[in-house]
This record gives sequence, C-alpha cells and structure tokens, in this order.
Amino acid sequence: MNRKRWLQVGGIVVVFAVAVWMASTILEHVVSPAPAPSATPAPATPAASVPHIIATLYYGTADGQGLAAIKREVPLGDGPREQGRQILESELESAPPPYVSLIPQGTTLRAFYITDRGDAFVDLSTEVSTQHPGGSTNELLTVYAIVNAVTANLTSVERVQILIDGKQADTLAGHVDLRRPFERDTVLVRETKSTE
Amino acid sequence: MRTAALVVLAVLLVLVCWPDAQGTAPASPLTLVTREGRRAIATTVLNTQEFVGLDDLAALFQLSVREDALAGGVTVTYKGRTVVASPDQPMASVNGRVVALPAPIARAGRRLLVPLDFIPRAIAPIYDAPIELRRASRLLIVGNVRVPRVAIRFDAAGPPTRLTLDVVPPLMVNTGYEASRVLVRIEADALDVATVPPGGGLIDQIRADQTTIAIGLSPRAGTPRIATTTTNESTRVVVEVPLAASQETAAPSPAPPPPTPPAPAAEAPPALRTAKLQTMVVDAGHGGDDNGVRGAKGTLEKQITLDAARRLKTLVESRLGVRVVMTRDDDRAVSLDERDAIANNSKADLFLSLHANASPSAAVKGAEVYYLRLDRAGEDARRNTAATELILPVVGGAMRPIDIIPWDLAQAPHVDASSRFASMLEEELEKHVPAGPRPLQQAPMRVLSGANMPAALVEMVYLSNSEQEQRVKSDDFQGGIVQALYDAVVRFKSSLDASTAP
Repeated sequence: MNRKRWLQVGGIVVVFAVAVWMASTILEHVVSPAPAPSATPAPATPAASVPHIIATLYYGTADGQGLAAIKREVPLGDGPREQGRQILESELESAPPPYVSLIPQGTTLRAFYITDRGDAFVDLSTEVSTQHPGGSTNELLTVYAIVNAVTANLTSVERVQILIDGKQADTLAGHVDLRRPFERDTVLVRETKSTE
Repeated sequence: MRTAALVVLAVLLVLVCWPDAQGTAPASPLTLVTREGRRAIATTVLNTQEFVGLDDLAALFQLSVREDALAGGVTVTYKGRTVVASPDQPMASVNGRVVALPAPIARAGRRLLVPLDFIPRAIAPIYDAPIELRRASRLLIVGNVRVPRVAIRFDAAGPPTRLTLDVVPPLMVNTGYEASRVLVRIEADALDVATVPPGGGLIDQIRADQTTIAIGLSPRAGTPRIATTTTNESTRVVVEVPLAASQETAAPSPAPPPPTPPAPAAEAPPALRTAKLQTMVVDAGHGGDDNGVRGAKGTLEKQITLDAARRLKTLVESRLGVRVVMTRDDDRAVSLDERDAIANNSKADLFLSLHANASPSAAVKGAEVYYLRLDRAGEDARRNTAATELILPVVGGAMRPIDIIPWDLAQAPHVDASSRFASMLEEELEKHVPAGPRPLQQAPMRVLSGANMPAALVEMVYLSNSEQEQRVKSDDFQGGIVQALYDAVVRFKSSLDASTAP
C-alpha cells in the first residue's frame, strides 16, 4: 500500500521531469529562429514573411577581371542540403547590376546533395555547357562562382563536384577539369560587398 | 529512501539529456597572431569537430558572455553587438542574421565550447578588427597584421641547387648572403610557412623564424645567385647555389660524389631525367564542331589556334631543329584525352596548348599563360612519384625508371618544370603583345593534367575584345605572338641543356 504510493509519486516525478525537458526543447526550436527574421532589414523581395539568411553569392565584377563576393538574402533552408539548394537557385539567377552573370542563362539546378565526407554535388542542366561562351577566363569564373557559393556558405562542405545532366563531365567548354571535386578558392575574388 | 532514489534518477535523466562532452586535444595547437606577437590557444576535438573555449575567446576579444539557464542559449556581446547561439542548433544569430555553424555549441563541465568556425562566422562580423582563421596553417590572425603565405620548394637538387620561395601576397623582401647563409627577410609581421623542406643538394638546412628564412649552405657551395621578382600575385625569390670553384676542379679526385640525401632527390624535377628538348607537341585548341570562342565579328578560336600552331611548328622545326608534333593539322575535333595521348605516345619533351580567351567584359584584353594546379590527389601523386618509381629493363638490355602514376595525374611530377616554362612564356609574350589582367596563372586545366611532360597553355588574345579580335588577323600581330612562343621554347631548351651539361 505504502509502497504503491511511493512508486506512484516516483512515477509522477519522472514523467514530470521528462515533460519539462521536452517542453523546453520544443520551445527552444519554436522560439530561437524568430529573432533572426525580425532583426534583419526588410528584404527587397515581396516574400517578407519567409525567413532569410544572408549568403555570399559570386558574380563577375563589372570590369570582367574577377569574382565579386556579394552578400544577398536567400530563403532559409531546412538543413545544409536544402540551404545549399536555395543558395544555388539564387546564384543561378541573373546578377544584380553592375555585376555580370557567369552562369549561362537557362541553366537550372537538377539536384544538390552532400555526402558524409563533406563532398557536395551540384548537378546542373546541359545549358551550363552548351550555352557557355568559352575561354579559360570565363570558364574559371563560372566554376569558382559555383564552388565558392557552396563552400563559403555551407561550412560542412569541403569540396564541390560539378555534374552536368546527372553525369560526371570533362569540362564546361574545353578547359577546366571537372572530373574531380574543387575546394574553395578565393584567388579570383576581386571585390567583397554587402548589398543595400 | 525510495523517493530520494527516484528523484536522483529523474535528475540524472535530465542531466543526461543536457549536452555535455569530453574531447581530445588536436594534433597541433591553434596559434594566435596579433601585433603583440604569437601564442597558442587550446582547442578540443569532439566528434571530429574542433572546439575552442568560449571563456578563452571572451578574454581574448573582450566579449561579455551571458548564459540563459532556462532556454540553454548563450548571448555574446561586444560593444553593443550580439551573437546568440544555442546548444541545439548548428547556427548562431549574429546581429540578427543567421549564420550556419558546423556544430552547435557544446558543454564540457562548466565550460562552454564553440566550434572553431564560430570565430570567423560569428565573432568576426561583430568585432572591430579583422579576424582571419587559416585552418591549413592553424593560424588565427587578429588585427591588421601582415602574415604572407610562404611556399618553399626545391626546383633542382643540382648542382646548381635551385630553391624557390613564393610570398603571397607580394611584399618587400630583403635578401643577403653572409657566413654561408642566405637570409631572406620579409617585410611582414609574421610568416605562414606551410612546410619547411629539409635541406638538399648544396643546401644543408632551411629555418623559418618570425619574419626571416635562413638557408644554410653546404661547405661545398659557391656564392649563391639570388633573384627577386614581384608580380601582382606574389613575390618570388629564387636562390641558385652553384658548386664552389675549388670543388669543381677537385671533383674528379675524391672518390664517389657524396650521396645526395633521399628527400631532396625526390624533390628534383623528374623532367631532368629526360632533360633534352627533342620533340615538342603543339596543340591547336578546339576544332571541328567545337569552335571555341566566337568573337563579335565572327572570328573563331579554332582557326586562330590552328594558324598560330602551324606558324610555330615551321619556326621551331626550321630554326631550332626540334621535331614538332601537332595534335591536329586541320579543322577536326580531337578530344582532350587524345591530345594528351598524342603527346605521350610521341614521347614529347614539351607540350604547348594554344587557345584564345573570352571574358564577361569586352574591355579585358591581353595574353595569359596557365600551368597546371594540382589538387590534393595531384599533390600526393607528385610527392609519391619517387616511391612508385620502378626500374624496368628496356630493349637493348638497359634499365629505365618508369613512373607508376595515374593517367589523369601524369602532369603531377612535371609541375615545377611547367611553372618555369610558363614563366618564360609570360615574359616573352609581354615583349610582343599586351599582357592580360592575370598574365601567369595556375589552374586545373584538363588538357594539361594528362601530359607526361612539362606543359603550359597560352590564351593568346581575348576574342571578346573587339580591338584584339581585329588585330589577331593581322600578320604582324600573329608574328609577334609566334615569335614570343618560339623565344620561350628556345629559353626552355637552353635551360634543359644547361642543367644536363657535365
């Protein structure tokens, strides 16, 4: 009798403790993303309610001599893979003036995934190769705009491999070797700016 | 009694759910570099991620840290700017902007640990002075401190022994020679030296301290030649150490030459093994259905490259007596692998790929030279060439060293020689035609990676620039480019002849 009561009390204590912990964990998840969007300046895009992150995207400098690292708002993604997809979708859009787009128009992102080893795969549609203007300079700028956009924003990614139409490719237009993954390289970066 | 036990159990349950961790120390400490000097910062590795104590960072950067016991979060403040992080999510809110972290903050006993990337990602944006984390060299640089990267490598064991130091970004360098030591003083606050190679050839040892690199010469060494060149990208110091005059005359009498240490022998470019320019491959870029770049007025890259390749072949064969193999001599498609195969199968000693460039801006013009940049796999292949070398019998009873190296990394052992050839190309081109914004570059070029010989790629003009597109058709302009290419080949040939001369 007495023993039963003690057990009941004990049971309630355990259940209560677990409930408190769960509630605090859930609250944490609900509460913590909130301050970010509220504190960010209102984005230029109409989708003001969607939470954003500030990501570094890469475009050609106006003089065509290098990469410009530009801070822009990108929709917040759930986890590195989804975030990477959002960043690349934004990177594929045309460049804000005065910068120059380095990825041929019409190129779409077919897939993006990250392996446990920190290798990211960026699978692009064939336009990235067929519509490419060619030349070593253009090709290096295109490749490193993509590679840097992924590695600069996703710390879990060490290397980036570019695929075309789901397959490993030789080059975009006959110069830069795409057979092996690339690491981040900021040698071509000439300008760093935050927009607005 | 039982109540007490159950309460303890409940408390334990809660504690278990609380993130807590014990880590291990990394292989080498993180070094903090400031105007005041350098010191080590302790870090801890937890689940493959490297962490640093938040209390250490607070002391270092004068941060105030406030822990919210209820929510489990941490607020870091510096001059009114804040970072909020939680132990549940691999991100932090930096002045209201969310940044990703490789791991959430962790707890070790009473201490809070943050991933190393917290420093550049969360603290750097709110801090007054620049903060740079160099993972590879394990340096944390705070403030306006000049810490150039210095790469030291042996070009040849010799004699003459040739050592190259590359300082990036370019800085003032003072060099001197005293008491059989070459001193290279770099006008910097500290140096970021990836690896200091051991001595080799006529260099006994190399030491790097705060801002000076001391190169100790062997007693057999003569007076060294020191040359410093500065480009937009780097300052390069080349130290060439000849054998002392007395040693050269005395050489025949003393029994076998002192054995060269194994390490520098591996560093000597294998190009020295072939070491004669008898055959060279000229590769006219693109061709067939691959036009390459098309200029605004319709000029095609594939035609420009073929014209230049033909002129260069005539010049080299008639004046230099070197056999020239073309990867294509008409308008047809040749794959990049085929181009390398032609070069490797004709046992060429030099590979030169000709191209015409394009830039997103029509204003860019000038010639640019590329040689191969190796990735990690390539660097490994380069280092391991000596280890994977087999001495095999060849026809006629002789033995010949054969390198076992993956096909797509065939260029790896030749990169140093390729870099010398590329520099010569750049210097000669500058005498005849405008130089591009980055006249000499290292890049992962597909056609260079499979060439088992010194190799370079020249982007002769920008066809996206209307003035250059116009000029490239003129005999005068083409002649200038081809002359420059020829002059570079002549220089490379004589450098090979000099290094094999007895």
